[in-house]
Amino acid sequence: MKIVTICGAGIGSSGILKVNAERVLQRLGLTATVVAADIASVGRVAADAQVILTSAEFVELIGPTRADVVVIENYFDSDELSAKLEAAIG
Amino acid sequence: MTLPALADRAIVLQARAADWRDAVRLAGDALVDSGCTTAEYTEAMIRMVDDHGPYIVIAPGLALAHARPGPEVRTDGLSVVTLVEPVEFGHAHNDPVRVVIGLAGVAADGHLEAVAQLANAFNDAAAIPALAAATSREAVRQILAGGGVA
Repeated sequence: MKIVTICGAGIGSSGILKVNAERVLQRLGLTATVVAADIASVGRVAADAQVILTSAEFVELIGPTRADVVVIENYFDSDELSAKLEAAIG
Repeated sequence: MTLPALADRAIVLQARAADWRDAVRLAGDALVDSGCTTAEYTEAMIRMVDDHGPYIVIAPGLALAHARPGPEVRTDGLSVVTLVEPVEFGHAHNDPVRVVIGLAGVAADGHLEAVAQLANAFNDAAAIPALAAATSREAVRQILAGGGVA
């Protein structure tokens, strides 16, 4: 299982999302590789991803993908992350 | 990169910003003043929002202003700006913004440790309102260290 977090620069917000997604996955007892990337490299990095976590602003730019694109509103709300990740994976 | 101790100049409390650009610029100025970045980095942070929208508003009331690592970054660093009057960034869910964090890193892969620490501090839902209300730099440092609400 591969999850990619996407933001504009690939360092700040996507990094926060990566860290929090990893914590939530651990709590759910799920194993996945979580990679943070910038929007410019989404095609390459997310080619083999099952889930892409991002903000509403990037959904269109991500374009066609086989991955589930999940929009996160509050990056620090582990309940939101947990519910959306479970829905996407399960 | 672990979170460096926040210099006094990196913390600006109860500032006034006319709009989101102004708010991001304050966070950028604080990075410049504390020796972390050049003024070009501030412009790059603003450009990220111009290019991609208000996605840097990652939680209610909080903007994480940042740009890519590059020659504009001298050392890893962080700044914190709190606003007297909240500012709209145009985010669908998380407006208005009371706290702007400026983040600068020399290298992309060095960010994660610092980001993990930030995540720790902000996973406490009380952290953002506590920062917005902070009246001393010491209180800000304590909240960011995950020490809870002073």
